Amino acid sequence: MKDKLHQLKLKYEGKKMAPAFNALHTFLYTPNETTHSGAHVRGADDLKRTMNTVIMALVPCLIFGMFNAGYQQYIAINGAPENFSLFNDFLTWSNFLVGLTTILPLVIVSYGIGLGIEFLFAVIKGHEVEEGYLVTGMLVPLIVPVDTPLWMLAIAVAFGVVIGKEVFGGTGMNILNPALTIRAFLFFAYPTWMSGDKVWVHGAVDGLTKAGSADAISGETILGSLAQGTSNLSYSLSDMFYGFIPGSVGETSKILILLGALFLIFSKIASWRIIVSGVLGALAMGLIFNGIVDAGWLPTYSKFYTLMSFPYWQHLLVGGLAFGIVFMATDPVTGSQTNRGKWIYGFLIGFMSVMIRVFNPGYPEGVFLAILLMNVFAPTIDHYVVRGNIKKRLKRLKTATIYPKTSDEVDSLKTETA
Amino acid sequence: MALLSKKDSKLVLDPLADNNPITIQVLGICSALAITAELKASVVMALSVLFVLSMGNVAISLLRNIIPSKIRIIVQLVVVAALVIIVDQVLKAFAYELSKTLSVFVGLIITNCIIMGRFEAFALGNGPKKAFLDGIGNALGYGIILVIVGFFRELLGSGTLFGFKVLGDPVTKTGLYAIGYENNGFMIIPPAALIVLGVIIWVQRSKNRALIEEA
Repeated sequence: MKDKLHQLKLKYEGKKMAPAFNALHTFLYTPNETTHSGAHVRGADDLKRTMNTVIMALVPCLIFGMFNAGYQQYIAINGAPENFSLFNDFLTWSNFLVGLTTILPLVIVSYGIGLGIEFLFAVIKGHEVEEGYLVTGMLVPLIVPVDTPLWMLAIAVAFGVVIGKEVFGGTGMNILNPALTIRAFLFFAYPTWMSGDKVWVHGAVDGLTKAGSADAISGETILGSLAQGTSNLSYSLSDMFYGFIPGSVGETSKILILLGALFLIFSKIASWRIIVSGVLGALAMGLIFNGIVDAGWLPTYSKFYTLMSFPYWQHLLVGGLAFGIVFMATDPVTGSQTNRGKWIYGFLIGFMSVMIRVFNPGYPEGVFLAILLMNVFAPTIDHYVVRGNIKKRLKRLKTATIYPKTSDEVDSLKTETA
Repeated sequence: MALLSKKDSKLVLDPLADNNPITIQVLGICSALAITAELKASVVMALSVLFVLSMGNVAISLLRNIIPSKIRIIVQLVVVAALVIIVDQVLKAFAYELSKTLSVFVGLIITNCIIMGRFEAFALGNGPKKAFLDGIGNALGYGIILVIVGFFRELLGSGTLFGFKVLGDPVTKTGLYAIGYENNGFMIIPPAALIVLGVIIWVQRSKNRALIEEA
């Protein structure tokens, strides 16, 4: 079978539909050639290894998200169980089925539309299909609310892939992270479906009612209720850490994100510098806000009071900050490339995420805006890091004692480095 | 076109596509972003610019031999400002609601670089007939892009065209809205105009590859 496909591939080389056929072929089998170009290839391994590793790190989040979708609907209808037990209340088949039936369509639409466009562009441009969408397609369902209408997701994916990526030249050439472009498009195009207290619980929009009462389900995210000034949260810290809270599909479970981060760091796929500095940046901004509140500079009636007095380290436990820093900020294409640049880039992402969260209650989730902004600035950061390095080395050259054979060599050295 | 010689008709037709002031010369972007959320506003803006640019071009062309070149920019500004004030007053008198929508952007026609560009580049060196045709052509080229952008932004953003609910009523859920369609709020905000404009530029340049600049 495999040999036959290889023969077919060679036979039809150069034909119009060849890229589409090759795409299917490489997707199903190991190709007989590996990636040989691309802006982000820095090692000898195939680009697909990178992609597959990230997807492997994301799968636990996806499966948890499925259970959580069912669980959130269950507690919205029946109230929270009194003695929570992981196996009896959370990891149940009924929870999983609810999640499967709501989230699997999101995954299918995301991959169907996205890969369809990739195939189309591969045929138009006449080059091999790019693997870039494999990770994006997995990220997209994880960063949207469970009840996102499928047609909206389809439009957003088409927009994100075409405007966010293909117009710049495809995988490896894009300035902005495509998954976040898709999220931003959804947020600005259909704000009522991306925020508020209805969208995070499956069925809430259609007005499923609580058993025995007329109240419709309401499942506000923690950040959402904080932005509205509610400071007594109904979720404990361990709920936040393990992820039994409402939110976008994949962002809730911080422990799985942490495991994913460790996995990515140890497989050397994601940059630990960006992750660590991102966390530091978020903590720093949180500490500044806490400091302002502790110093008594902010009156309690201020609309920022609740969010600013939120303990700094808990910012990492709510919303998509952790997910964004681990899986989105570390995108090797859109992030900084230099090591020092990575520190600056990550730090500013964390710093600004918390700042946007606090100062703009309209965008309770600041992390996607912060990462998109820093995506734009990443080349500038790299530019100045490289320039700084050149300057440092020039200085070293100036102060160094050089023993040249002739004075000409000094001049040629200087012109080389200038 | 029997009315116009080949050269003259080129003056009108060239700016419509291959030398379009917005998509090729990338001038006048500011107003194209600001007022294209509604088709009506786009059309009125296009007509205003048509009036100002054609009349202004004629006036500058007639005056071209007596304007001292040192103060020509000031003279041009006076001409365009006078014309813009006429347009602004007419709008305020006969279409008050619309003039409120367009707000400051009618006044800002004065600073529209297409207008000053045509005065400088064409009217100062050509006779009034040619200048008139050039003004018409460039204003139409500007207007056509405004109308295209306005069409898509109003249709997708508000579900209307010229204020008519072409896609059904979003409140009572008729037409497309009955099956769950919703307006795209992104199209209302100015950045969407930039993206629509970008797509127009993309389509135009992939149809006519000669327009692609050397990198």
